[in-house]
Amino acid sequence: MATTDIHIHQDVHHHGDGHDHDHDHEHHGGNFWTTYIFSEDHKIIGKQFLITGIFWALLGGSLSVIFRLQLGFPDMNLEWLKPILGGWITPEGKLDPEFYLALVTMHGTIMVFFVLTAGLSGTFSNFLIPLQIGARDMASGFMNMLSYWFFFASSVLMFISLFLETGPAAGGWTVYPPLSALPQAIKGSGLGMTLWLVAMALFIVSSLLGSINYISTVINMRTRGMSFTRLPLTIWAFFFTAIIGILSFPVLFAAALLLIFDRSFGTSFYLSDIYIGGEALAHDGGSPVLFQHLFWFLGHPEVYIVLLPALGISSEIIATNSRKPIFGYKAMIGSMLFIAILSFIVWAHHMFVTGMNPFLGSIFMLLTLIIAVPSAVKIFNYVTTLWKGNIVFTPGMLFSIGLVSFFLTGGITGIFLGNSAIDIQLHDTYFVVAHFHLVMGSASFFGMLAGIYHWFPKMFGRMMNERLGQIHFWITFIGVYMVFFPMHYIGIAGFPRRYYSWTNFETFSGFADLNMLVSLAAILTLAAQFIFLFNFFYSIWRGRLAPANPWNANTLEWTTPRNPGHGNWPGEIPAVYRWPYDYSKPGAKDDFIPQTIPFSETPESNLPHETELIKLESTSGDDIIIQGGKLEGNH
Amino acid sequence: MAVDIKIVEEAKRPLSMNPRKFGLWLFMATVVMLFGAWTSAYIVKRGDMGWSEIILPDLFWVNTGVILISSGTMVWAVRAARRDVAEQLKIAVGITTVLGIAFLIGQLLAFDQMVALHEHFTGGPVSHSFVYVLSGAHGLHVISGVIVLVIALVAALRGRIHRGNMDTLEMCATYWHFLGVLWLYLFVFLLLNK
Ligand code: HEM
Ligand SMILES: [Cu+2]
Repeated sequence: MATTDIHIHQDVHHHGDGHDHDHDHEHHGGNFWTTYIFSEDHKIIGKQFLITGIFWALLGGSLSVIFRLQLGFPDMNLEWLKPILGGWITPEGKLDPEFYLALVTMHGTIMVFFVLTAGLSGTFSNFLIPLQIGARDMASGFMNMLSYWFFFASSVLMFISLFLETGPAAGGWTVYPPLSALPQAIKGSGLGMTLWLVAMALFIVSSLLGSINYISTVINMRTRGMSFTRLPLTIWAFFFTAIIGILSFPVLFAAALLLIFDRSFGTSFYLSDIYIGGEALAHDGGSPVLFQHLFWFLGHPEVYIVLLPALGISSEIIATNSRKPIFGYKAMIGSMLFIAILSFIVWAHHMFVTGMNPFLGSIFMLLTLIIAVPSAVKIFNYVTTLWKGNIVFTPGMLFSIGLVSFFLTGGITGIFLGNSAIDIQLHDTYFVVAHFHLVMGSASFFGMLAGIYHWFPKMFGRMMNERLGQIHFWITFIGVYMVFFPMHYIGIAGFPRRYYSWTNFETFSGFADLNMLVSLAAILTLAAQFIFLFNFFYSIWRGRLAPANPWNANTLEWTTPRNPGHGNWPGEIPAVYRWPYDYSKPGAKDDFIPQTIPFSETPESNLPHETELIKLESTSGDDIIIQGGKLEGNH
Repeated sequence: MAVDIKIVEEAKRPLSMNPRKFGLWLFMATVVMLFGAWTSAYIVKRGDMGWSEIILPDLFWVNTGVILISSGTMVWAVRAARRDVAEQLKIAVGITTVLGIAFLIGQLLAFDQMVALHEHFTGGPVSHSFVYVLSGAHGLHVISGVIVLVIALVAALRGRIHRGNMDTLEMCATYWHFLGVLWLYLFVFLLLNK
């Protein structure tokens, strides 16, 4: 009795294709520095973005609690913050009004750019793209490493600016000139603003390096069988995000450079007719509205740069944990594409009250309101995916459902704001703050948390604690609504945003209680994040060891070893035969069929056109692949 | 005897391009957006009151000629490499590099001409500042282009560019033509929107 093992790999058939990413990388030992610090491995870089992002999220969250103390408890004595804030607490124990503005500015900048752009895209695009498309690494590991280190340098500068004597930038995260251009106007427009601009320039470079890599990788490095229509929605989302980034961040760079020239070289792109102490400044002929156009041309796409990855992550998690195929896969891609295109032609809805031509306003209003259509398509698809699903409430799933909820609540107020007439009343009030914190801030933040809970086992090879995750979810979910829902009322009542205090206005005293509630809820929500932090760091070292495929998911990353090394798959990269959403397919043995299972192995569950696919390919002779077959005989 | 052979359908290899070349195209897209933003800003500003017309330095014409000729020599270089004519390749890349540097020097002299015309980067009307920003930022990109050219030149001199190894030269050529076209766009734009 003899046994012959025949192993004919696909390699043979594709000999000569010469794709370098198919070569087995050997596992270089590497020292601590090359493995963990200056690593070119996409998984390590993803984790570096994640850890830096968490650091920034904590800092940004703490800043917001400090200014919420001022808003909720205007009479409170803040003497006890002196050890941290030093001179920014006045002798009377109050927050310095200019520092209040600096806090708001830094909170916005940190959250929008450092947490929800770099922390979110940087972490998940880096970590998931190669793993989910079946690549050994990014198209350029070196550029990827540079991308992180530009981000790091940018972070360091932004962090340093917090400790300047004149304080960090204080003109709002949108840094409108002339306020941001003239140090005479506010202390933060001195060195703090200079550092802000330099940090953002570095940030843009980092983001562009990352985006170029993501796009290039998605298009060029997919494994065999991974056609565009078999890509997980996460990858589609990261892909669109990167395209939006490439087209919009250079515009912010252009705007920032002109601002730098105005501030430091004496040009007048944005400045004109400014009198200080009765004397006219030399700047003449510029236009501050020009800056707004340039800024919002980035600014609006930026909000989708923040949101799309979160939407992609939640699509994946919701399908997996509903044990159902995602409803409307192509509609999801189509709506993301449509959103991406529209996001470039609606920027002026942030500028309805800049004195723009009302006719132009109507055009931008129309375009803006059209965004509601693809957004609604997405919401319906989430809900129909959940509908009658076999839902597993993992923490990742809970946070994804939370995201859908915020996206809906916040999106609806967008429709109010998008009407140029209503916006005259609502612009620059807390209504806007409520709108974007729900739809962008909280939704994307939940997407990020969902992603961490869901892919933690792949990142660190261990499981996070589910119970703690659920507690974290419920407190945060309720907390977020308690913080932002009341702001709608405060906003409709006319409270302007970015005001240090309203105690001078009798009209506004009626909302003191509501403001207090909001502040308390903000503190509670921030506190709940420490549950997460504990869970996260504890589980990295002490968590339960993760099984190979903890969520019974279909995508490729779960076919790697528990702790994938450099190159991700020890052997050959698996090929892909189907889309990633074959959950609960009628007739199938299990309620999931990974992408690596060929149709020919699942005759019981194939749909007619899928059976057709096998036939077509096996009739053409050389397309038949013999995979790890076994010939047995007794000679 | 039992035969147990798994027969599975073919997994098609998805189409793919050279990731480096592809990355270059993406980079050029970012540059297009950068200059697109500035020229749009220029148009918006020009619609405002108090726009003061610009006078472009004559040297811009000469420099435009220089950079266009350099695109021609770049084409020659690529052809030579495809035909494996090493001598011509070296000369062509060399000339392109020299023309690139000449363009940069020409632009600096053009700035001198502008100063002589009392058009300053700062202190004057915004229109003048714009000319400096557009041509200056383009110049910075040309510097990067010249660096790429020098890299290609060294590779050519060492005989590392030939029919079988065209990537470096092709990428260099793509970028260089791009910079030429970009300048042509900026120049015509300024001529049409004084
Ligand atoms: C139905 C879709 C949406 C519509 C019609 C809409 C409309 C608007 C409008 C008109 C404004 C300007 C309000 C003002 O300043 O007076 C605004 C602000 C804002 N929106 Fe939306 N929005 C939508 C969805 C989103 C989404 C999905 C995001 C983010 C992911 C987002 C993020 C923001 C942000 C960040 C701001 C405020 C920026 C600031 O002034 O600091 N919006 N939205
Ligand atoms: Cu917007």
